[in-house]
Amino acid sequence: MNADVIRPLGPIIIDIANITKDYVMGEEVVHALRGVSLQIHSNEYIAIMGPSGSGKSTLMNMLGCLDTPTSGHYEFNGRNVSAMNDDELAAIRNREIGFVFQTFNLLPRASSLRNVELPLIYAGVDPETREERAAQVLRDVGLGDRLDHKPNELSGGQRQRVAIARALVNDPSIILADEPTGNLDSKTGQEIMALFENLYQRGHTIILVTHEPYIARHARRTVHLRDGLIESDDGAVVRELESLALT
Amino acid sequence: MKRFVYEVSESWKIAVTQMRSNKTRSILTALGVIIGIVAVTLMGTAITGIQIGFDKSMAVFGDDVLYVEQWPWKQVDDWWNYRDRKKIKTEYAEPINRMIAAAPNSNLLEAVPTSSLIRSVKYGDSEVSNILIRGTVSDYIITSTFDFKEGRFFNELESRGGANVCVIGYDVADALFPSESPIDKSVLISGQPFKVIGVISRQGSFLGLFSLDAIVVMPLPVFQKYFSAKSESDILVKVKDKTKLAEARDELTGLMRRVRGLPPEKKDDFSINEQQALKSTLDPIKNSIAIAGLFVTGLSLFVGAIGIMNITFVSVKERTKEIGTRKALGARRRTILLQFLIESTALCLLGGFIGLTFAYLMCFGIGKTFPSFPIHFSFNLVMVSMIVSILTGLFSGFAPAWSASRLDPVTALRYE
Repeated sequence: MNADVIRPLGPIIIDIANITKDYVMGEEVVHALRGVSLQIHSNEYIAIMGPSGSGKSTLMNMLGCLDTPTSGHYEFNGRNVSAMNDDELAAIRNREIGFVFQTFNLLPRASSLRNVELPLIYAGVDPETREERAAQVLRDVGLGDRLDHKPNELSGGQRQRVAIARALVNDPSIILADEPTGNLDSKTGQEIMALFENLYQRGHTIILVTHEPYIARHARRTVHLRDGLIESDDGAVVRELESLALT
Repeated sequence: MKRFVYEVSESWKIAVTQMRSNKTRSILTALGVIIGIVAVTLMGTAITGIQIGFDKSMAVFGDDVLYVEQWPWKQVDDWWNYRDRKKIKTEYAEPINRMIAAAPNSNLLEAVPTSSLIRSVKYGDSEVSNILIRGTVSDYIITSTFDFKEGRFFNELESRGGANVCVIGYDVADALFPSESPIDKSVLISGQPFKVIGVISRQGSFLGLFSLDAIVVMPLPVFQKYFSAKSESDILVKVKDKTKLAEARDELTGLMRRVRGLPPEKKDDFSINEQQALKSTLDPIKNSIAIAGLFVTGLSLFVGAIGIMNITFVSVKERTKEIGTRKALGARRRTILLQFLIESTALCLLGGFIGLTFAYLMCFGIGKTFPSFPIHFSFNLVMVSMIVSILTGLFSGFAPAWSASRLDPVTALRYE
């Protein structure tokens, strides 16, 4: 692992400004996000941290276009996400975002290949290309010999690799990983983190949501959330230093 | 469009996988539809069978024969107006035939008088009762649709001369002559011997109500000699062109009025009946039986549909997390809706297919065991059952599929 390589930043992919999200729980209104602003560039490897209840999951759902904010503005690659309907959000998730879940979320009765093909089906890719691309990505994550295995025939680490392959197959703008090592032992976890590092080096943009500091350490930038607000963002500091150095 | 095709084929694969991995559940759920389809299909075959039987019964009357009778072949509310009408007499045939011959453009061909009553028929020690004894002329054959099993109909000479000969129906022959040919044997009717010269082939029953084969036909002069009292007479008139039935009917009405000597201001005191009129009287009855039957059996299919709906709801609940995952990966509402609709449809199609197979076997079995039972299995019925199965699937899958498609991805992903 080569954690000190920092790739030059690309253009802004995610630009959220003063986002809030309220949930109504019975008679009580929960303010999960109280005004969060964040810019994420292409080629970034960013960790979002925070204790439970900090709004970390809510922010992740916003970033992943699974949910829309109560107020504030969200632009993804210059497109206004806050105003999109369900199907437009689905299209953005399909093309632009690769999800990696803590519980892998593979379809239990489908082979690795069929699991990885799924986003391509929703993208309308023809069957031959689908199979070719899915097999290619599975080989890239080191599962070239596990194409026809069902999830229950794979180890935890292998399952997460299938999930990562699924996230990569549609060549998304960002990979959004929610506690990707949460269900793995530490050794397998390290292997998965090495895979993310490798993806970063190959030019992918990665957003990691975690509460484990030793996992977050792999990222180049860390954003801490507390009580629905950004507590610290070292990326902002780095950029300020960069701009100071330029003047 | 391409994407839609891929989504549909993907949904089919999922549906098949689901059914395979939940075999017991799928079969039990499909059982409701199987029973429903068996019921509806059997009812369908029975209705088709009845329809065919009905048409066959109707054909006995001939679609080119008019019947001059005292009563019309329909329900009448003012029966007292008909009761006192003069009886139809066999003698009317002669002037009618004369007038037909005199009119070169007549639509009518030939009038045939018949006269009938019920008697027993004996041969040796055997006796059959409730046999329709009919006296008529040799031209009766042109108004009829029957064939001969053996022998022949009486000729004009026998008809006019009043020979003691007769033609017997299949049932009479079967009962009195189980092991020998009836030809040239003499049967006794009211103590009078009649020589059998022909046996009519089996005609079946009229709407399953009475047999058309319990009949003896003899020349009119002998009939009148022995049975003239208490007999009912009518005139059968064959028309030339059955497409001009209405004109023929008007012409015959005119002829009958002349025969009866009715002044213009008097109403007809006879009825002219035809197959079509009888059909239009009986059709509504037949149709309401069909509708009632289909409705009752349709209920069992409905129960099956509710079962499918229930299991699809369970399936949606169980797979909430999967739905969340699919949505995160870019499945749109339509995609999810389609997936569950296809699952319920696949289940119904499976049920429909099995049900149809059962229904076919049952029809086959019933047909072999009770050949007289009106049952008819057709390709149309197969198509209809399959379409009904698909519609049932769409109907029963819609509510659960809709609720699945509306799931919020965040909530669905969090569901354990």
